[in-house]
Amino acid sequence: MSEALVKLDKVSASYSGKTVLSDVSLEIRPDDFMGVIGPNGGGKTTLLRLILGLLKPDSGTITRYIGKNDIGYLPQVSHFDEHFPITVYNVVLSGLSEGMGLQRMKKSEYRRRVEDILVSVGVADLQHRPIGELSGGELQRTMLARAIIASPKVLILDEPNTYVDNRFEQELYRILAELNKQMAIMLVSHDVGTISPWIKSIACVNRSLHFHPSNQISNEQLKVYNCPIELVTHGPVPHRVIQDHQHDNESSTSMNQ
Amino acid sequence: MDLIGLFEYEFFRNAFSAAFLMSVSCGLVGTYIVARRMVFISGGITHASFGGVGISYYFGWAPMGGAAVFALIAAITTEHLTRKKLIRNDSLIAVMWSLGMAIGIIFIYLTPGYSPNLMSFLFGSIITVTLTDLALMLALTLVVALVFTIFYRIILFVSFDEQFARTRGIPVMLVNYMLIILVALTIVLSIRVAGIILVLSLLTIPQNTANLFTSNFGRILVWSVIIGFIGALIGLFTSYYLNIPSGATIIFSLVILYLVARGVRTLIRSRNPEPAIQ
Repeated sequence: MSEALVKLDKVSASYSGKTVLSDVSLEIRPDDFMGVIGPNGGGKTTLLRLILGLLKPDSGTITRYIGKNDIGYLPQVSHFDEHFPITVYNVVLSGLSEGMGLQRMKKSEYRRRVEDILVSVGVADLQHRPIGELSGGELQRTMLARAIIASPKVLILDEPNTYVDNRFEQELYRILAELNKQMAIMLVSHDVGTISPWIKSIACVNRSLHFHPSNQISNEQLKVYNCPIELVTHGPVPHRVIQDHQHDNESSTSMNQ
Repeated sequence: MDLIGLFEYEFFRNAFSAAFLMSVSCGLVGTYIVARRMVFISGGITHASFGGVGISYYFGWAPMGGAAVFALIAAITTEHLTRKKLIRNDSLIAVMWSLGMAIGIIFIYLTPGYSPNLMSFLFGSIITVTLTDLALMLALTLVVALVFTIFYRIILFVSFDEQFARTRGIPVMLVNYMLIILVALTIVLSIRVAGIILVLSLLTIPQNTANLFTSNFGRILVWSVIIGFIGALIGLFTSYYLNIPSGATIIFSLVILYLVARGVRTLIRSRNPEPAIQ
């Protein structure tokens, strides 16, 4: 098994004074394609913020065996001000601003890199558009381009499948499967009904974290994990279903609705 | 008297220079404020500075110095407490806003005698700008122009998505504090031109006018400066010929420019309708 890129060891974290994650251990390895699932408010975004170094844990340790800049990040769409006066070109360029490094790069070089990456995600003709004029799919492509332009070793995506049509979603997963040859991928989704068949493992986050080393989860395992999630994949793959289950720390009243 | 003849007067040359310097600093700083939706914060900083004016009157200090100190305290406190999430941002701004005004009013009341320049602090007076004011404006404008030229992209990236900028290792806090300090100082120096009550419009109307035609941050920066300067000049001349207050006339000109620009845009759009964006 390959060396871990990022390692979380017994990490607990809180947000606005409330414990959101407790005793979470997880390793991200170079060829990972991990689906992170769990209910809203279960701590998925907090987990990402910890890995990105945007949030400090209350206890436990996070070890990065890669540079902080080696993690690419695609935040939730709701995070942006869509009226902000910025063009697609500049959004993607911000992905290259490691440290203050852009100040030292030649204009012709970063222009070429932005144009190349825009071609690869299929929005080459939109580079001068303000983001306010993009469709949901075009915005996600732009944000994906920004996340991968610096060739990160780990790519973290927070709900990349919101506000996009089904056609783009399938294309997104194909692009990600291709990227996965060069980088580890962590993809968060609350809408696990459509999570990709390309994922190789599943992390179920609901205050605690349960890691499933395959994308198949048996009924027996579910009984132990207690994650109130239904997982169904579409397309030419065998359907997998995770029935309602419960985390240890959850009160028994919240299930069985 | 013709336009050129006006330049023989020192007060008019000073006013012209002040209009230019103010257009540059307000044009650049205002673009940041508008893009980041910090207009209300800027209003809070502006009005808080009145507390400094009042205290300076009472102790006989230079009012601009007191205003600058109060504006900086308000700016840094807002930035700091908002980040700590100790209080809701808009409530905090309202407190700063009214507390500054309250302190100002109390100290001016306590100051014996009539305060002749008080009105110029509330409503501005570009005609009475002194060489000292100009020197300070020049220094600030140079700093603002330099910062926005060198760090243009960094400012843009941090403003658009602070969290992502942090993942790229950009010193986000440093950028935020540096900019809020420039915002506070720009506001204080612009009070000479438009006054506490009106200064906010110098930081927002040119930007919104430019934004009618472009959503490119860099172009809004440049066009805000140009539009601000045109508006200031129209206001300056109009106020001279009609003998009405300069600050208010400049604001009025800026609003007229905005409305004209809106009209022009509607005309352009109706002639070449843009293809619908999917």
